[in-house]
Amino acid sequence: MDAVHESAPLDDAAVRRIRNDFPVLSQQMAGRDLIYLDSGATSQNPISVMEAEQEFYEQRNAAVHRGAHSLAAEATDAFEDARTTVAGFVGAGEDELFWTSNATAGLNLLAYSFSNASVGTVSAEAARFALGPGDEVVVTEMEHHANLIPWQELCRRTGATLKFIPVDDDGALRLEEAAVLIGPRTKVLAFTHASNVLGIINPVAVLVALAREVGALVVLDACQSAPHLPLDVKALDVDFAVFSGHKMLAPTGIGAVYGRAELLNAMPPFLTGGSMITTVTMEAAEYLPSPARFEAGTQPVSQAVALASAVDYLRETGMDRVHAWESTLGQRLVAGLSAIDGIRVLGPKPGVERTGLAAFHVEGVHAHDVGQYLDAQGIAVRVGHHCAQPLHRRLGLTASTRASTYLYNTTDEVDALLEAVAEIRPYFRVGTGKEQ
Amino acid sequence: MQPNSAMDAMYQEIILDHAKLRSGSDLSAEEAAETSYDAGCGQVHQLNPVCGDEITLRLSVDGNTVESIHWLGDGCSISMASASILAQEAKGMTVEELRTLIGQFREVMRSRGSMVADEEVLGDAAALGGVSKFPARVKCAMLAWVAAEGALAQASTP
Repeated sequence: MDAVHESAPLDDAAVRRIRNDFPVLSQQMAGRDLIYLDSGATSQNPISVMEAEQEFYEQRNAAVHRGAHSLAAEATDAFEDARTTVAGFVGAGEDELFWTSNATAGLNLLAYSFSNASVGTVSAEAARFALGPGDEVVVTEMEHHANLIPWQELCRRTGATLKFIPVDDDGALRLEEAAVLIGPRTKVLAFTHASNVLGIINPVAVLVALAREVGALVVLDACQSAPHLPLDVKALDVDFAVFSGHKMLAPTGIGAVYGRAELLNAMPPFLTGGSMITTVTMEAAEYLPSPARFEAGTQPVSQAVALASAVDYLRETGMDRVHAWESTLGQRLVAGLSAIDGIRVLGPKPGVERTGLAAFHVEGVHAHDVGQYLDAQGIAVRVGHHCAQPLHRRLGLTASTRASTYLYNTTDEVDALLEAVAEIRPYFRVGTGKEQ
Repeated sequence: MQPNSAMDAMYQEIILDHAKLRSGSDLSAEEAAETSYDAGCGQVHQLNPVCGDEITLRLSVDGNTVESIHWLGDGCSISMASASILAQEAKGMTVEELRTLIGQFREVMRSRGSMVADEEVLGDAAALGGVSKFPARVKCAMLAWVAAEGALAQASTP
């Protein structure tokens, strides 16, 4: 790409050039070109990311932070450079980001670290993370199970109470309820930045302000935002944020947790063992500061290198451009779907801000059958509850179909989906006037 | 739409009809919630957590004959059609005949498309043969049959 293209907004021509970097996309499925609209579940890797991982194994693989030989030093440099790159991508300091296998692991780690601060004897600085009876954790009704169940379990273990901010019929958080729910008892406020079902981008500033008033810790699930829009955890002023590499052009097995340095150096570790200690006796151990404090045992080194390469790819493309293009695709999806008889789109109405995804219900046809029909047209979508059963229940559904785009999807692909969706109810002999 | 023979073989007319008909789906929510039943009666709940397909199936036996199958369920067209066909086919069979039918149906479903579903053996359930080419959907087709297998074991245990 030349300089002009790099600053111009993405369009179908630019996206077609991007697609050349993703070999998996240029294949046939069910006898036609694969249309991959399931990046909300997992994204595809560009060649450069796969090469970065291979290059690491071919030239620099060794145990990091151990041993004095030169290869180990090179591997350690690659590992720590990856951290600097990924931390910089989300606006974090390099001592403020540690690796996990994915966002689910990151959220569980935080919940267990808070747990560890809640039992036995802990230092005065760790006591700020402690929860007990009378304390409250607040989540939202739209959370992915990964940002719900760890908090349910934390409350069960500590005797704290879980509360949730309800959503309205369009899926938007009822902020007037949030203002009442978040109070002096609130110790933790955990919510998603962008919904994996609704495409809604939550008002982080409003929620953070409510948490700050009462001194609650803020945990942000950035799984559906870090891959798709410019993210600055410092500007958002959250205490913790988690995201998964496989949703942002990287392989599986790598994710990260951001935490404010001051908090990470006070928080008890969850996993303990090698590489995270200073002095160990038979009775006790002292721990390293962040990030090593939270990286016990051998880390996913090549995956971290690959995630840094993915971040380079996104940065070179430009997150503003990625966000703008996906907004265009999201609006095209929701406008097109809403115009089809018997289709109910979940989340914001056409014209209202949303990310590049849309989940929908086909009246009279189960989501599983919808997915089967689309698969036969070579179109890959997600069907089911998308790990958000409470949200679906609130919206009166057990399952829905979700089409989710990324920087490599074209408007033609969105249009092909819309065309296929329009055929579904007639195919299943549902609806009026269109029976075959 | 361009024709897709594998998919069309799965969604045959008879399947789509049964998915709407839902024969035998007259078990009430109150009955489904009951935990003790009359002698000769068995009831099983089956849930597929992947897609949310769900069925509660009650089967009654009179002597050695399957008297009736009633069910309450929600799910995709394959799971609902399969339950509907089962309820129709099973009625009036001997306990042994139904047990054999369930075994034969399972064998076809697990064949990954390699076995031809014989209408002489499976009756209307043969129409579900096309499902076996779609491993992700076999559970949908099996849901009611697995429930019936359990209910049959309960009902025929004195």
